Amino acid sequence: MSEPGVILSAEQVAARKRRNLWLALSIAGFVLLVFFITLAKLQAGVLDRPL
Amino acid sequence: MVDVSANEVRVASASDYIALLKPRVMSLVVFTGLVGYVAAPGQGDLILGFAAILAIAIAAGASGALNMWYDSDIDAVMTRTRARPIPSGRVARDEALMLGLTLSALSVVTMQLAAGPLAAALLAFTIFFYAVVYTMWLKRWTPQNIVIGGLAGALPPAIAWAAKTGSLSFDAWLLVAIIFMWTPPHFWALSLLQKADYAAAKVPMLPVTDGAKATRMHIFVYSLLLAPLGLAPVATGLGGIVYASVAALGGALFVFLAWRVLRSQAGEGEPHEDKHARALFGFSILYLFTLFAALLVDKGLGV
Repeated sequence: MSEPGVILSAEQVAARKRRNLWLALSIAGFVLLVFFITLAKLQAGVLDRPL
Repeated sequence: MVDVSANEVRVASASDYIALLKPRVMSLVVFTGLVGYVAAPGQGDLILGFAAILAIAIAAGASGALNMWYDSDIDAVMTRTRARPIPSGRVARDEALMLGLTLSALSVVTMQLAAGPLAAALLAFTIFFYAVVYTMWLKRWTPQNIVIGGLAGALPPAIAWAAKTGSLSFDAWLLVAIIFMWTPPHFWALSLLQKADYAAAKVPMLPVTDGAKATRMHIFVYSLLLAPLGLAPVATGLGGIVYASVAALGGALFVFLAWRVLRSQAGEGEPHEDKHARALFGFSILYLFTLFAALLVDKGLGV
């Protein structure tokens, strides 16, 4: 490797880590939200139908 | 492609991205949406209601990010907005655009899942109206910018109403109409205080295009229309005794403060005259908040 590429400072690496953490939490939050919406929807109708 | 800007120190924290979502605007939008949801007839579902209000909040945030993406040139000139994440250099414009687009899509998808097509379509329309019709078109073109653009900020109660009931009734539109009529005097009071800023940024706000005197007259006329409109939900049965009291008292005070602004020299460059506009601006927020809170109280009391 001749070119070192972009070298981030310690501060930038830490900031990137924090941003990534928030992204991960947001995505996890969205997944949970869809899960609970699905549960609520199922309770509202699908389980009540005649089998 | 090598991104040369990547080596410049730009340490954006989570709070910078949250600032892109205009959390203070979001809080009023969430509150009016929440009231719309609670005031709508029928039995709401706690989880679906929460998801719908969350979708409205995310959509408001997305609109804010798209607005800051497009308006960063204006924001850099105005004192009030100079410290925002983009003009201050903490967040790149493209990042704000992507955040806005991503959150827009997520909010509409969430609304569709939780509440169905009517609420989701209304939500998508609101984001489009704020980001494209208001921000890209009206704001830089006409002094009626905030009058027409105010529709975007007025729609949340109707979106929440549609989320709960799947339809829209006269009462839902009444709540929209109240916020729609409230927006111009609220923003014109602010613009009287920041006339020089708007002029420097070449934004055609009413005090810049038509002068402070015409603006004060506009504020007064709109407040005369707003006060009786605020009482209309009493006639339709949406508001009860608490709401009626708050609307009557608050409306009267709103007109009085607007009348003081009309009689003052606010916006003419005299700092001590501006206090009347500042008082009206501050009270206008309190007015809308208590009006909608009163609806909640009435609903809770069952009157």
